[in-house]
Amino acid sequence: MTAVDPALKATSTTCPYCGVGCGVLATPDGSGGAAISGDPSHPANLGRLCSKGSALGETLGLEDRLLYPMIRCSSGAMEQIAWSDALDHVAHRFAHIVARDGPGAVAFYLSGQLLTEDYYVANKLMKGFIGSANVDTNSRLCMASSVAGHRRAFGADTVPGLYEDLDQADLLILVGSNAAWCHPVLYQRMIANKQRRGARMVVIDPRKTDTSEDADLFLGVKPGSDTALFSGLLVYLADNELIDRDYIARYTAGFDEALVRARAIAGSVAATALATGLSEQDVAAFFQMFAATPRVVTLYSQGVNQSAQGTDKVNAILNCHLATGRIGKIGASPFSLTGQPNAMGGREVGGLANQLAAHMNFTPPDIDRVRRFWKAPRIATHEGLKAVQMFEAIGRGEIKALWVMGTNPAVSLPDADAARDALKKLELLVISENVLSNDTVGAGAHVLLPALAWGEKSGTVTNSERRISRQRAFLAAPGEARPDWWIIGEVAKRLGFGAAFDYKSAAAIFREHAALSSFENNGSRDFDIGALSSVSDEGFDGMSPILWPFRFGDIEPSERFFSGGDFFTNDRKGRFVAPERPVLRTETHEGRPLRLNTGRIRDQWHTMTRTGMSPRLGAHLPEPFIEVHPDDAARYGLADGSFARVTTDHGQCTLRVVVSPRQQRGMLFAPIHWSEANSSSARVGSLVAPFTDPFSGQPEAKATPASIAPYEYVFCGFVLSRKPLKLPDHAWWARATVNGGLGYLIADNADLKGWSSWLRSVAGEELAEYSDFGGGVYRAASFAGDAIETCLFLGPARDAGDWGIVKELFAAGPLADDQRRMLLSGKPAQGLASTGPVVCACFGVGRTTICDAIAAGSRSAAEIGLKLKAGTNCGSCIPELKRLIAQSGTDHDHGKLVAAS
Amino acid sequence: MSESLVIVGNGMAAARLVDELAKVALGRFAIAVIGAEPRLAYNRVLLSSVLAGETASHEIELKPANWWRDRGVTLKYGCAVDEIDVGRRELKIASEESITFSKLVLAIGSSPLRLNVPGVDLPGVHTFRDSRDVDLLLTLAAAKKRVVVVGGGLLGLEAAYGLAKAGAPVTLVHLMDRLMERQLDAPAGALLKSLVEKKGINVLLNASTSRILGQSRVEGVELADGRCIEADAVILAAGIRPNTALARDAGIPVNRGVVVDDHLQTGADGIFALGECAEHRGICYGLVEPAYEQARVLAQHLAGRKAAYPGSVVATNLKVSGVGVFSAGEFMGTDRSEAIVLGDFRRGVYKKLVIEDGRLTGAVLVGDTTDALWYLELIRKRENIVGLRKDMMFGRPPATLAVAA
Repeated sequence: MTAVDPALKATSTTCPYCGVGCGVLATPDGSGGAAISGDPSHPANLGRLCSKGSALGETLGLEDRLLYPMIRCSSGAMEQIAWSDALDHVAHRFAHIVARDGPGAVAFYLSGQLLTEDYYVANKLMKGFIGSANVDTNSRLCMASSVAGHRRAFGADTVPGLYEDLDQADLLILVGSNAAWCHPVLYQRMIANKQRRGARMVVIDPRKTDTSEDADLFLGVKPGSDTALFSGLLVYLADNELIDRDYIARYTAGFDEALVRARAIAGSVAATALATGLSEQDVAAFFQMFAATPRVVTLYSQGVNQSAQGTDKVNAILNCHLATGRIGKIGASPFSLTGQPNAMGGREVGGLANQLAAHMNFTPPDIDRVRRFWKAPRIATHEGLKAVQMFEAIGRGEIKALWVMGTNPAVSLPDADAARDALKKLELLVISENVLSNDTVGAGAHVLLPALAWGEKSGTVTNSERRISRQRAFLAAPGEARPDWWIIGEVAKRLGFGAAFDYKSAAAIFREHAALSSFENNGSRDFDIGALSSVSDEGFDGMSPILWPFRFGDIEPSERFFSGGDFFTNDRKGRFVAPERPVLRTETHEGRPLRLNTGRIRDQWHTMTRTGMSPRLGAHLPEPFIEVHPDDAARYGLADGSFARVTTDHGQCTLRVVVSPRQQRGMLFAPIHWSEANSSSARVGSLVAPFTDPFSGQPEAKATPASIAPYEYVFCGFVLSRKPLKLPDHAWWARATVNGGLGYLIADNADLKGWSSWLRSVAGEELAEYSDFGGGVYRAASFAGDAIETCLFLGPARDAGDWGIVKELFAAGPLADDQRRMLLSGKPAQGLASTGPVVCACFGVGRTTICDAIAAGSRSAAEIGLKLKAGTNCGSCIPELKRLIAQSGTDHDHGKLVAAS
Repeated sequence: MSESLVIVGNGMAAARLVDELAKVALGRFAIAVIGAEPRLAYNRVLLSSVLAGETASHEIELKPANWWRDRGVTLKYGCAVDEIDVGRRELKIASEESITFSKLVLAIGSSPLRLNVPGVDLPGVHTFRDSRDVDLLLTLAAAKKRVVVVGGGLLGLEAAYGLAKAGAPVTLVHLMDRLMERQLDAPAGALLKSLVEKKGINVLLNASTSRILGQSRVEGVELADGRCIEADAVILAAGIRPNTALARDAGIPVNRGVVVDDHLQTGADGIFALGECAEHRGICYGLVEPAYEQARVLAQHLAGRKAAYPGSVVATNLKVSGVGVFSAGEFMGTDRSEAIVLGDFRRGVYKKLVIEDGRLTGAVLVGDTTDALWYLELIRKRENIVGLRKDMMFGRPPATLAVAA
């Protein structure tokens, strides 16, 4: 968190990371940066920010920005081009391909990072005017199962709960959610409830996470067995007459069929235990807790969604809430935690291939209504291809032109190598981006269009509780970057649709979006913000965070859904859905004996194009890793801190091994954030199976059959550099931003003398060098004046040392003589102690410092906070602080996640 | 009456021997020290500092006159010994009386080598050995005379540095491809060259002096490759030769130096030699440290204690032209050795540690000699350094400091 000078004017905006949608106050410093703090008046966070949000100020640099349109010229190189020429080219090529091959040959791939207005215009152009529904979004990888589950149960994609329910609940059930890392601000709200009101917490996850540290009950289910657990719960509730017969009778349909199916899946506590791999006691304890606690919120996230049975999992959960009438009530509701800042906004505009617009679908009345509203005679009349299928169609050559906006599918899609190869087949790949290079750009973009980034763009986003907030600009547009909606509108005009895309501002688009939401609605659709359809430009600028629905004529938004029924199905009744017996889409076998789970880490976001710019965020877990249970580690010969090659039917990665009892036996876990742009062999998307849920189209990203084998590196080390470097092809590497430049963690088997030559080739001949080739050590640095310019440390893999001190010297700028004297020792010069790897990213507090405080008597996270500030901002390191306290006095150190950090 | 012990030579070895004797055998000998130089014994190593104006001439005296007096030493300086009569156990002093001795110690040092080239006897050709030379060189420098120093060893470098510092334009010519080749490896020599050049000294390597030019006095130096360097003076610093004439004339066995055994005794009973004039196990040391070790052993031996000199691990540890230079042991390495090297030439630092069989066997340090003594101790003790290897380049670990303390 950066200090804010109260004399400077702060802009209130929202954080661009997860779906919590925290309010942020950004105070520009006048030179391209900004001080960042939490907005105390925003209802999502009330002033709190997590580590990622706190570090937003470190991500505003323009070093890697795409600042003007570029086009691939005949030589194959990308060259700058005028906006008008770029737009003409895109429009001309799209028109040509549509004319030749029909509208099904083109597609848009959008992003939960886009603002609602951008999303709206893109969706309108493709579905309404080009006439194809091949508009999908990275939300498909994130939220699609929740959307499908909601629509099956509620008749609409409605999130019934509100954040205040998390404050009011007596039981919080987190299913497939590491909220402590992925939604830290909401998680801290839940912890506060636990502390203040004594709410209990159940965490259901195959993997022990920092979220499970605070759980009253942790249920380490077998992967993919959530449906069985909640089916068992439904049976238990019914058999013990703990259901709300009245609610079921008055407001719902399908209970009996659902119960029959649930009984077939998990008809008793014992059957549930068997199906989920849990103990009967734990299952019974969970059932009793749920049954005995009217105020229960069940939160679910990627562990539920990213599954080929994700939609059924969602419905299995919703069934239990419908059966007890615990929905849309204070402190009682199911609650989908969205992953992205505007996944909800994307869903509202209909930016998914199986939605049309404004929570309307591809039904004849909806199509007719939207056609009339948009005056769009060529409107698409059937669903388009969902992400995975879209890229398969690209791979088959059926889709010939793709426009990617604000996302990096070459990294994030399952079977990412295939996705990347597919991109190379396109006749036209247009990418609207902030960054000059990423894996998707590298996969053969033909046109790059510079879009505004966070801090520059202006519009709205919707968070997980249906709250629409303004995201506001506080920085001038750099270079020739433009709003996405402007870019799309300009192409639309050139395609001949000028009348429908003549927008002068984001406000104008928002008004049209609001008007569509209420168009012929009359309460028939959940999403209605008609009250905002005539908001003035000034009113839009000053708009406070507001919940939907906010129907035309309402003075206040109505806040809750479904406590009194009134669902959005034809008969206005909620639906119990009978799920299929849960079976993972793949099976393990001798060659692939393990299952690979994937997910986020605390301080990084998606493919790191933004969080990767922050030195603070890069410090927590700087290396891509694979977490393995100790028994599996022993079985496959893996040592903590060594390397392993992980192989699936789809790809291969080489990752640092973290042996952890928090991992389930037979399961592996790898973070998703690394790509070709920042690592040599850690693009985990390439490992993930592309099998999808039949309803949501969401891929099963958390259970890919995999094998693992040790991979030996003789040497490990790092490079620090002021500028990006091309590392030798033989080296394993992962890049992190450090103060003052870039850090590359490396491992290698090549001759150390070769590294000396390599360093000379990138840093010049004048090096300070330390070599003990016989001892396997080579370290060297080049200088600009008295400051380190480039620095390389390599040593025996088992004893590679710490880069903390060298990083400090690198960041320090000009070195004093004694610092330079000791630099290549990797040891502190006098008075310069290493603080160890960063645990608290907000205040940059290292593990050594924390352990020292513990040794000096701090016995709780709060005491550490008083002393060091650690854990007092976002709190996401508190579980780690507790672990360190628990570990103190023992030699065991499983908090040591990354050996070379 | 005490037994008479005469020390010929009044240099650093003699002073140390008196000091050691006073510790272990005070009063046992009636000691006389006879030296050719007309002053109290001084620290010859610091002559270059005097030349450079960093130290005053009187400040380099090793001991004040009363120190000698307190130890009962009869000091005769400014007296050259002409002859030793081994049979009569008597010394002949120039134009003077004779002195008898019971025990005799030769500590008569060495002399600069004179090149065997035409013109070497011209006026203006000097050497750099004693304090009279320093006075002469200071006069040259004060007159801004162009000086060529022949020899890129320690002595030549010190002369060149002192002259340059005192204001003379100096060219240093050296036969070999690097400076101080007997103490430094190639990178160390190269670094030293660049550091010396920064002091304003022009350095020519692979430069063989073929003649000294001039009719009535020095006008220049001609090199074998035909190059000529104009000069008003030439300083010969191309090496030293042990002073052996006195011993040889007395029939005492002499090789390159005066041959001594492990008790520093020459071929003649009761006659000893130490320091630069002595040759022990085939080695003539040109450094002060072995002389001091020899003095300690000899004092013990003369005191009747069991002591033997096994030879020295040669170490150079000094400032050359203001730059710390250290070298010791098998610093060039062997087929079986490994090297740890630290070079930061911009910072003026080069360090190499040579390791064989898990022991430190040699070291070269230029520019940063902080840990020189620790390395020397490790080399001498032949301890296993496997546990130290990782960090030893960067200084003595606190644990070993504690042990040392």
